[in-house]
Amino acid sequence: MSDTSAQILLRTTVNGLDVAVAIEPQETLAEVLREKLQLIGTKVSCNVQVCGACTVLVDGLPVSSCTYLAYEARDRQVLTIEGLASKDGTLHPLQTAFIEENAFQCGFCTPGMILAAKSLLDQRPDSSEHEIVEYMEGNICRCTGYRSIVAAIQKAQASVADRSS
Amino acid sequence: MNRLPAFTISQPQSVAEASEMLASLGDSGRLYAGGTELLATMKEGALLYDTLVDVKTVPGLADIRVQDGELWIGAAVTHFSIETSPIVRELLPVLSYVESRVANTRVRATGTLVGNLCFAEPHSDPATMLLCLDARVVAQSTRGERQLTIDEFFVGAYETALEEDEVVTSVVVPLPPANWRMAYKKFQIIERPTLGLGVVLELNDGGDSVATARAAVGCVSESPLRSSAAEAQLAGPLESLLERLDAAGDSLADEADLLDDREGSAEYKRHLIKVFLKRAVQQALQSDGPSR
Repeated sequence: MSDTSAQILLRTTVNGLDVAVAIEPQETLAEVLREKLQLIGTKVSCNVQVCGACTVLVDGLPVSSCTYLAYEARDRQVLTIEGLASKDGTLHPLQTAFIEENAFQCGFCTPGMILAAKSLLDQRPDSSEHEIVEYMEGNICRCTGYRSIVAAIQKAQASVADRSS
Repeated sequence: MNRLPAFTISQPQSVAEASEMLASLGDSGRLYAGGTELLATMKEGALLYDTLVDVKTVPGLADIRVQDGELWIGAAVTHFSIETSPIVRELLPVLSYVESRVANTRVRATGTLVGNLCFAEPHSDPATMLLCLDARVVAQSTRGERQLTIDEFFVGAYETALEEDEVVTSVVVPLPPANWRMAYKKFQIIERPTLGLGVVLELNDGGDSVATARAAVGCVSESPLRSSAAEAQLAGPLESLLERLDAAGDSLADEADLLDDREGSAEYKRHLIKVFLKRAVQQALQSDGPSR
């Protein structure tokens, strides 16, 4: 029996970099990202995994970092919005498309929107509009009315398809 | 930002060890799988534990397998893994569909089916369909193993028949024969579904009559439930099935003992049950095998 008492040394990979950080068992991934790793691109809104603002990818799948224990990220790959652009600063097609389609106003939901969309396009690059809407329905935006967000995802989808053909 | 209260995490290496931990912790500990229900509820202050026992550190609970014509789903298997499992998609597509509609994509990636059942939240999608599929829950402790039907398992809202030291290791779902038709329908406008409704229809050899039927409704009672009256009404010739649906819907609604609450009036829910029973039956009969 191995118990984790007050502190755990969390070994994980964040945006391609190996990280070792002391955490407490009850700390959420959002708390560790924002407060210990200063990755404040991850936003927390509802704080109870309903709104999707805090979405980050763990091993390619979206999680609500506000309620997902940092403990669960051990030996896994975490991707936050800070890790999406190329090292030379070239934006990911989703980021470019969100800008071009004006798919945000206040921007608070945007990191979560983009990461959720990335997970969808990585899994199912040929998703229909209906599938995009269904997949994204758990990410809430209170500014844009969603139309431009779906358009941006479709634009990125086409751009990714062009690049790989 | 609202934070989780301090707790420790125990990492059992076997089901027996997990059972011993739960027995010694009593009310101060709880089994932890995906945590999607548990942690959100703890964050809101409605539950408090000193120790979470991480069932995912027990080897062998992350598998989906077929054994003797039944699908076995381990306690650490997420909704997403079930949704995307080639085995489930081929042999029990209705379950893949139900899992694809649970909560949101993040909950599905993290939350487990067994954890969902153990939390006994009244709005569970899979609980309703599993009741309809005659699924069983396998519970183990240091005292032995037992299997409970879904009906036996749920005692009420947030309450199961599990003993303090019991660990649910698997859910077992009998695989349907080729002459069964099934469907699950849900209706949702707020955070949790207002209605979940499952049907399973066994067709006769000629394919022109329902030999036996099962119908389950969820979200409108403390636990999902079936109605033997509704199931008797659904059985019979297909050509007159449409005429029997209204009465069957009423029977299902009667069984549910509907209440007026923030999700709608009892009258509204009765209407929804009748509409969605019809849709589920129609969808089930459109397929040429036991699909969704």
